[in-house]
Order: sequence, then C-alpha cells, then structure tokens
Amino acid sequence: MCLAIPGRIEEILDEDLQLAKANVSGVRRTINIGLVHDEDEKIEVGDWVLIHVGFAMSKIDEAEAVTQLKALEEIGEAYEQELRELSVSRIE
Amino acid sequence: MKYVNEFRDAKIAQAVAAQIATLADPQRHYKVMEICGGHTHTIYRHGIKDLLPESIELVHGPGCPVCVLPMGRVDDGIAVAEHPEVIFTCFGDMMRVPGSKGSLLEIKARGADVRMVYSPLDALRIARENPDREVVFFAIGFETTAPSTALTLRRAKREGIKNFSVFCNHVTIVPPVRALLDSPDLRLDAFIGPGHVSTVIGCRPYEFISADYGKPVAVAGFEPLDLLQSIMMLMQQLADGRCEVENQYSRIVPWEGNLAALKSMSEVFELRPFFEWRGLGFIAQSALKLSPAYAEFDSELRFSVPGVRVADPKACQCGEVLKGVLKPWECRVFGTSCTPEHPLGTLMVSSEGACAAYFNFGRKSREREPVGAGE
Repeated sequence: MCLAIPGRIEEILDEDLQLAKANVSGVRRTINIGLVHDEDEKIEVGDWVLIHVGFAMSKIDEAEAVTQLKALEEIGEAYEQELRELSVSRIE
Repeated sequence: MKYVNEFRDAKIAQAVAAQIATLADPQRHYKVMEICGGHTHTIYRHGIKDLLPESIELVHGPGCPVCVLPMGRVDDGIAVAEHPEVIFTCFGDMMRVPGSKGSLLEIKARGADVRMVYSPLDALRIARENPDREVVFFAIGFETTAPSTALTLRRAKREGIKNFSVFCNHVTIVPPVRALLDSPDLRLDAFIGPGHVSTVIGCRPYEFISADYGKPVAVAGFEPLDLLQSIMMLMQQLADGRCEVENQYSRIVPWEGNLAALKSMSEVFELRPFFEWRGLGFIAQSALKLSPAYAEFDSELRFSVPGVRVADPKACQCGEVLKGVLKPWECRVFGTSCTPEHPLGTLMVSSEGACAAYFNFGRKSREREPVGAGE
C-alpha cells in the first residue's frame, strides 16, 4: 500500500466529487483528484499523476512517469500485487 | 529507454559514488538514516551500500507504516472485526500482520467478514452497498495516506452515511525521528528524508533536525541515483560543516507541501496525546485520531476495543531493527522462524520492511541488478 504509481488521466468523470478515470499500466480505474485539482492548477485529460490508495498525490511530467513505471515494473511482485489490488477497486 | 537513463546511467552513478568517496573522511564513521521504507527497498534492491565507502553506514528508519504498528492495535482491529455485524476493510499488507492471537487473514478463514480494499473510498462504497452492516476501515499510514482517509470521511459526512467508521492508526513522521535523535542508543550523522510523505508535508517540518540537533537532511526520490545524489548532498554538507534541509526530490516535492492535503487533515484529524510505536514505545503527539467534528465516524467510540498493550514475542527483535540498533540479519529469528511466508514480526510482512527487503534482495548480492545494468 505504500507505493505511489503513475497513471494517466483519461477522463474527468465528476467535477463535484472530483473523480477521474486513470490508466495505470493498462488498468483503468476511477480515482479521486481532490488533492491536486484546484482553481490554480486543474488536472486535464492526458496529465500524469502519482496515485496512492486511489488518490492522485502529485501531478508529474511524462519523463518522471516513464522513469517511475520502469522502476515499478522492475520491482516485480510488489507492483503486480498493487495492480491486482487496484484492479478490484471500484471507486464511485 | 531514454528517460530512465538519466537516473540509471552507470557512469553518472559511478561519478556520484566517486564524489561521495572524496567527501567522506576515512577516519570517521558516518551513520546515515533513511527514514522511509521505500528507500530501504531501493537500497537493498540496487546494492547502494556496495557503491559507498566503508566509512558510510546506512541505518534503516521507522518509515514503514505496517512495521511500526504495535501488536495491541492489531488485536484491537481484530476485536472489532469479530463483531458479527461488521465488514472489516483494510489494505492488503495488513491482512498478514500477526496479532497476539493470529492475523486478520486467520480470523477471515474462521468466518469473520474481512475484505481487502485498495482505497478507503472502496470501503465507503462497500458501506453504501451494505446499509444493514457496519463497515469499518482500518486506516494506517503516515501523512502520505492520511489525506485520503480525510477526504473519504468528508465524503461520508456529506452523504450522511451512518454505517461507516474508521479505526484510525495514522501516524506522523516527525515525532519518531525526534525520539530517535533523543535516543542514547543511536548516534546518527545525517538523514535521508522521505519522498512521498514530503509531497504532503513539504520540507519545513524537518528543519528542527538541522536547527535543534545540528544534523543535515536531504529529502530524496526513489531511484538509485536519487539516493546516491542525496547521500552526496549530505556528505557535502558534513564536509562543509553545514547542516540544512535540502530537497533532492524537488521535481515532485514542493517545499511547502500539499496545502489541500494539509487542510483536509487539520479538519478531520487531531493529534492523540500519545501513541505506541513498535520498538519505540509511547511517543507524545505522534498519531492522529478523528476530530470532534468527525467523532461519529470513530470506530473506537462506536465499538469497544480492548486497548491492551501487548508485548512482541520474545524471539522477535523488530524493535531493535526499527530503531536501527540491529541490522535485519542480526535478529535471532531472521530467515529461520521468521520469513516473508511466515512472518513473526511486521518488518518481514511488508515489502517496505527492512527484513523483507533484505531477505528478498540483500542476501542475493551476486544476482542483484546493479545501477546502470541493462540499459
């Protein structure tokens, strides 16, 4: 649970509830963007964010996302476990 | 891959390692603590120790939320989970953490309704789907995770969900670091500051380490080169006789932290007067409970929890390892009666735990992937 994983925003689902659809290594799930989405800096489709327990923690650039994804893929089991846990997530 | 090279390039890594060796005084012995379990994982995974001069010792800190939870709190969670009306939800890592009479996984096998969730928002969804059951979320984690619980509780309050509560075990990173600095057991020279926690709290909370204790701090990222660079920054400070908080991970960590996250935490939580940490004992104002405005969602008020302090099994030396006094392999049960498949102590459960990280990677130094390999 301690991992933060990069995901790309594919759709803003609900501005009021601050929910968005993110793609994490091909797994598409709903996440909350309330910690990084405000008047000063809006999250937009195509942005990369670091996701922790279903919440976007930081907006990151693509270079950082690719670097972190590569590192996560290398750690193997712990990242696979995280993706398995993410895949059963159904945030509404 | 073009982006990754920047952080993995063997030449850069060797250059940084050479610079560290130049800065280290061979007559001195440096103890550098990495606070965060994620850093411990990278250090073992990539054999960072092998790139450093003999005079630099890396000491593993208390920054793994699963690892620092005392056995009594696991027992309290299990007592709540055993209520027949309860659906007890927790992160996957927590399922296998041993309590004094077994783990959540074991009571699940005996019929308790314990469910793994990815997010506290999944726990809230389960509450919505099961209005006739009591849904409890076992909240653990440092300031990285606490804002997620805070936003989930805001949503529960807004929707008026009555059958949802949080068994709050959120902890804060600064008090245990201060406790370690005050501990006579351990003399530390410098700190590698945690990455993810600092995205929330920023760098300012570490200033006391420099100001009051005269030790340098470098907040670091999770790539091997991030760690090497942060160690170089610390060695440079020590060589210059400076002690400051520096931010190696500024591409992710804002100096002031995440204000929206801090605001949500201050609304939903308040500090507990004290909280027990595995290995470190009771530390004042080191953990969070729900604020009066959110008391209706507090599992500890909704259910009676035993609240009994339980000592670790005698054979288990997690406490000494957590304080950095023992290395994982110096524990008397490491790799024998305590393994990742059958953990006795928490440090063997989580992949961020020093013992699991060393068990999985540290022992296999010849098979380990060196920095810069495969590019």
